[in-house]
Amino acid sequence: MRRSIVANIQDIGHRVIESVWRLGHASRFFILVLLKSGTCLRRFGLVMRELYYTGVLSLIIIVVSGLFVGMVLGLQGYETLQKYGSESAVGTLVALSLVRELGPVVAALLFASRAGSAITAEIGLMKATEQLAAMGMMAVDPIARVVAPRFWAGVISMPLLAAMFSVMGVFGGYLVAVVFIGVDAGSFWSQMQSNVDFRFDIMNGFIKSCFFGVAVTAIAVYEGYDAPPTAEGVSGATTRTVVTSALVILGLDFILTAFMFRGVG
Amino acid sequence: MPSENLIEISDLNFSYNTHSILKGINMTMPRGKVIAIMGGSGSGKTTLLRLISGAINPSSGYVKVAGQVVHELDRDALFKMRRKMGMLFQFGALFTDLSVFDNVAFQMREHTDLPESMIRDLVLLKLHAVGLRGAHNLMPNELSGGMARRVALARSIALDPMLIMYDEPFTGLDPISLSVIGSLIRRLTDALGMTSIVVTHDVQESLKIVDYVYFIADGVIAAQGTPQEVSASVAPFVHQFVHGKEDGPVPFHYPAQAYIKDLNLEGDFA
Amino acid sequence: MQRTTMDLWVGLFVLTGIIALMILSLKVGNLSTYGTAQSYVITGNFENIGGLKVRAPVKASGVVVGRVSDIQFSMQTYDAIVSLNMDSSYQFPKDTFASILTSGLLGEQYIGLAAGGDEQMLKEGDAIMKTNSAVVLEEMIGRFLFDKAADDDAF
Repeated sequence: MRRSIVANIQDIGHRVIESVWRLGHASRFFILVLLKSGTCLRRFGLVMRELYYTGVLSLIIIVVSGLFVGMVLGLQGYETLQKYGSESAVGTLVALSLVRELGPVVAALLFASRAGSAITAEIGLMKATEQLAAMGMMAVDPIARVVAPRFWAGVISMPLLAAMFSVMGVFGGYLVAVVFIGVDAGSFWSQMQSNVDFRFDIMNGFIKSCFFGVAVTAIAVYEGYDAPPTAEGVSGATTRTVVTSALVILGLDFILTAFMFRGVG
Repeated sequence: MPSENLIEISDLNFSYNTHSILKGINMTMPRGKVIAIMGGSGSGKTTLLRLISGAINPSSGYVKVAGQVVHELDRDALFKMRRKMGMLFQFGALFTDLSVFDNVAFQMREHTDLPESMIRDLVLLKLHAVGLRGAHNLMPNELSGGMARRVALARSIALDPMLIMYDEPFTGLDPISLSVIGSLIRRLTDALGMTSIVVTHDVQESLKIVDYVYFIADGVIAAQGTPQEVSASVAPFVHQFVHGKEDGPVPFHYPAQAYIKDLNLEGDFA
Repeated sequence: MQRTTMDLWVGLFVLTGIIALMILSLKVGNLSTYGTAQSYVITGNFENIGGLKVRAPVKASGVVVGRVSDIQFSMQTYDAIVSLNMDSSYQFPKDTFASILTSGLLGEQYIGLAAGGDEQMLKEGDAIMKTNSAVVLEEMIGRFLFDKAADDDAF
């Protein structure tokens, strides 16, 4: 019995050491990616290609989800607000929830599962099939040539996708509230405009999505590069990318919100 | 004046954690020759290639390539040396997102400022050498295993290296592709005046094309010699390996306690 | 995938993203009030600001002419100093009257300006002399009850 308690404590210790080691390893890798970004920023064609795969191919899911989330917000918001006779505030509700929280967060979650997992799988597969080793043998640094362009493409795509998500959401809210239900269009927009602030709401939302972009792609490229070079290794790494990204996005969102909106509103 | 030997390996040891993989290897590889390194699976052949290319550092001893000790080079010097090395990976390791043409052109575009028209001529020249000029538009997933390896071969000779290493080039090929690759290795080595190191366990095919053979077993050189010497050898290990005997110095059974003990039958017969 | 097609798609993608950001800024947010970068800051001392918050609008005749940029407690006068960030295109006389008002019964609080008749205009750093504090509901109810009691005594 005593041995099993000791063994359990050892197990906890082992896990803590393991995760601290992994965190350090990941940070080192992240710094390495930043240091080796020169090549891909000089040859921007490399990033362009990855922008297509991370950004353009994520468009559909972002646009459609944004529209639906906005429509749901419009419907629920109207149901609640009309009890207090302030259904014209539905524009404010839809826009504020999207711009401050749902836009950056949901777009980042979708981005992690669409583009993040693809990045991990691609890099992991390149590692498993020795393409990265072959590149190293040809005196081309795989971090500079393969990892960095994908990282930067993700960082650039994320804020743009989040903005599109929010715009589609506002449009969805407009569709439901104004077109279907019949809230006055003028008060919908004017209420929204007088309550959504450029600096505090839109800029902060934009900054959030930039942070999420860095976090998700950094996790994705690290998991891919670190994946054991086997089929199970790559599939495990892909799952880890999505799970870790989701946790990091939500945790980071809380921290950023606490900093940004403290003492305001 | 360049020495006669491109590669000199002296008293090379490598261990992974406490597990010792290579123990005191000495080799010399002259320029312009095809050298085979043979041995059973897990005998440290691939590790040796990784040591020569500088992917890992030895525990002691050194590998000298063209007069330079590999593990003492800094990153830039190592990358400079690797431009003169080619490596053919087991399954080719072609870049799956690039076409055959772009795969072969990869190093030229990364390391030289050649105009695109000249790159085109050079790539077609290299592809012609492996007989796949007509396939330059295909993507790697449209190639058969043998073709992929020929493209990878064309890619590794793209910058006319002084040394090419082949990691199990014959694995999983049909007999025709196998002899195509074999004769390509020989022909390209002679035509380009480079040195080739072939890591393999395909004895029959490689004995046809190589100049010298090293056998590695348990991290030491078990035997060496020219193909004629090796074929005629009566040394038990070489004989077993060359003729593919099931049992011999390399035992069929993984070390274990007595069979009878494992089956708990000891008492019954005692 | 042809190189040029890919470039076209990426170009469209980036363009759409930037347009989305612009729609958010201009149509959803009120960037236009920040767009006129010219502004000046004036202050006013209030005995009680009630629930007034930073960024609350400053209105004159219902038109937004500025925003509350800062609220602090003064240790000299023991009241609240409110800084107002005013749009430069709107000028107000020195004797303008500032009061803290509430939009609707339970709505947000804002500062209402009523222009006076002075020839001189408020400039950067000036203080508004005439202020009127927020109406605090408890005080109002208290005063009402007190008056009621006084009325009852009269009989």
